[in-house]
Amino acid sequence: MENSSVIANVTGSAVVVRGGDIDTDRIIPARYLRTVTFENLGEHVFEDDRAQGDHPFDEERYQGASILLANANFGCGSSREHAPQALTRWGINAFVGESFAEIFYGNCIAMGLPCLRVSAEDMQTLMAAVESDPAQELVVDLEARKVRYAGGAVAADIADGPREQFIKGNWDSLGQLLDAGDQIGETAAGLPYTNGFAVAG
Amino acid sequence: MGKTLLHKAWDQHTVRQLPSGQTQLFIGLHLVHEVTSPQAFQMLRERGLKVRMPERTFATVDHIVPTDLTERPFIDDLAEQMMVAIEQNTSEFEIPLYNIDDKRQGVVHVIGPELGLTQPGMTIACGDSHTSTHGAFGAVAFGIGTSQVRDVLATQCLAMDQLKVRRIVVNGSLSEGIYAKDVILHIIGQLGVNGGVGYGYEYAGSVIEAMSIEERMTVCNMSIEGGARVGYVNPDQTTYDYIKGRPHAPKDFDRAVEWWNSMASDADADYDDVVEINGADIGPTVTWGITPAQSVGIDQALPELGDYADAERVVVQEAFDYMDFKPGQKLAGTKVDVAFIGSCTNGRLSDLREAAKVARGRKVAAGVRALVVPGSQEVKAAAEAEGLHEIFEEAGFEWRGAGCSMCLAMNSDKLQGRELCASSSNRNFKGRQGSPTGRTLLMSPAMVAAAAVSGEVADVRGLVN
Repeated sequence: MENSSVIANVTGSAVVVRGGDIDTDRIIPARYLRTVTFENLGEHVFEDDRAQGDHPFDEERYQGASILLANANFGCGSSREHAPQALTRWGINAFVGESFAEIFYGNCIAMGLPCLRVSAEDMQTLMAAVESDPAQELVVDLEARKVRYAGGAVAADIADGPREQFIKGNWDSLGQLLDAGDQIGETAAGLPYTNGFAVAG
Repeated sequence: MGKTLLHKAWDQHTVRQLPSGQTQLFIGLHLVHEVTSPQAFQMLRERGLKVRMPERTFATVDHIVPTDLTERPFIDDLAEQMMVAIEQNTSEFEIPLYNIDDKRQGVVHVIGPELGLTQPGMTIACGDSHTSTHGAFGAVAFGIGTSQVRDVLATQCLAMDQLKVRRIVVNGSLSEGIYAKDVILHIIGQLGVNGGVGYGYEYAGSVIEAMSIEERMTVCNMSIEGGARVGYVNPDQTTYDYIKGRPHAPKDFDRAVEWWNSMASDADADYDDVVEINGADIGPTVTWGITPAQSVGIDQALPELGDYADAERVVVQEAFDYMDFKPGQKLAGTKVDVAFIGSCTNGRLSDLREAAKVARGRKVAAGVRALVVPGSQEVKAAAEAEGLHEIFEEAGFEWRGAGCSMCLAMNSDKLQGRELCASSSNRNFKGRQGSPTGRTLLMSPAMVAAAAVSGEVADVRGLVN
């Protein structure tokens, strides 16, 4: 399908966003959801956090980063896809975190943005490595389930399904769902509530 | 071994297994609102697709609508543009729209149940994380993002990972002055904000069984604040009594009840996890931090940093700094600037009744801005029919129109600067209520009313008989 491409790995420099439970209101404040497109969201990513000063997205050393390193429960809160849309428009193409909130994770998969999980200990190692040498290139390797950095590599977890979809370039959910064709109508017809309970379940 | 409601509904709605290992799940009801849908409709246009089942799709406006001046065009140009977009999209794709001038308009999670659209055993999706609210009826209801809204519009299906089920049993009973909001804040406080990732939460036990449907909605609504995308209560007579007679209730009601009963979890169902909570341990609960799990009972002291594991201390310190609270202090007596009663969590008639009991015959304290925002036009009309608006207005609350309002501040209802808000909504995130430095204390609507009339955080048990 038109929206799918092979994503076997993501290579680039990384930005370290420390902190647990970073919610989608912080990633993109609700006032910027008053839009009928996603186009200009990149300008406002983390806007309120950045206004407090000292945000990694404003640090010179992290400009041009394409991989975001996060701690636990990144992207919790609202279902707004505007959050990953804003992050990818800023330049992020992959996320490596200790854990991700479920709706955020699902939105990223639907957009072709891999999210890989590493242990808290490995994340400390990765963050420290990137902070001491922010120019280094990381490789988020979906095939090998590893994140490689200048000092070595750490194991990174991604579920079999999304991993295969990214590697084969068929992560476009809509294309797959459409392929079911008549089966959708057949499933619907088998549900009692679609025919006024005329046939008991 | 028996099956849970979630697994029964999952099996019956499965269209097929996808090559990814995910399930292609049929969605029985798709609710649409103005904020997360415009890009989805545009994606349909770009691919030349139609809405697969417009008869299973219903739209309303809630997030951006003003709750005071609702004449068109709206004062806010961006909000007006979003109104025009949803009007054009629903017209072009032939979807019913409960617009701002329609008596059926309101917060999407309030009107679905009111109209009888929300029913047991059904799968429901909406581009809003609080879609879990509909689980109060024994529906399996998912909050989704915009690409998934596109998927449901085009195919009436979602690609979903299987969920585990955690049964949360709330035993015993609640004391006077303890509400559904206290129950769910207590549960989230116990299990954490990401304890539910990968799970559907099944709420059960005598406390949940004794709850009205509206109270169950409050509990299910905040499942996502505990990380669980889905939360539900097995359907029972309380559920059926609520649905009966509503505009979209099944005509052959007895046959419907038969199927609904068959969908409830079996007595010997297999759960991935079971958690038991004693209702007697739940007091009036208030959040003090920047996540919904950071809460305490009103008569308890805030935690000490040493109470937390090393990994959590950074976030906890961040919360203390942002809120300007100290470990060990109590919240009672903390001055509040704003009181907000409303939202998909607590904007229904029973919520307004409980708050009105506290407001009756009292006055909002000097210096406190207090607003009541009904969850829907129907809630507003019902409240006015029994005179609740007069109680609130006499006490000095503003009585508004229906919408999401200051829960997420996409309209003009916002905190200013560092204001501290006692709020019946669902999120106390940094900046959530419209000021980048504003502060939120989540609590029950009765507790919000107590804070409004006291001018400070107060134990509602001292104000109701």
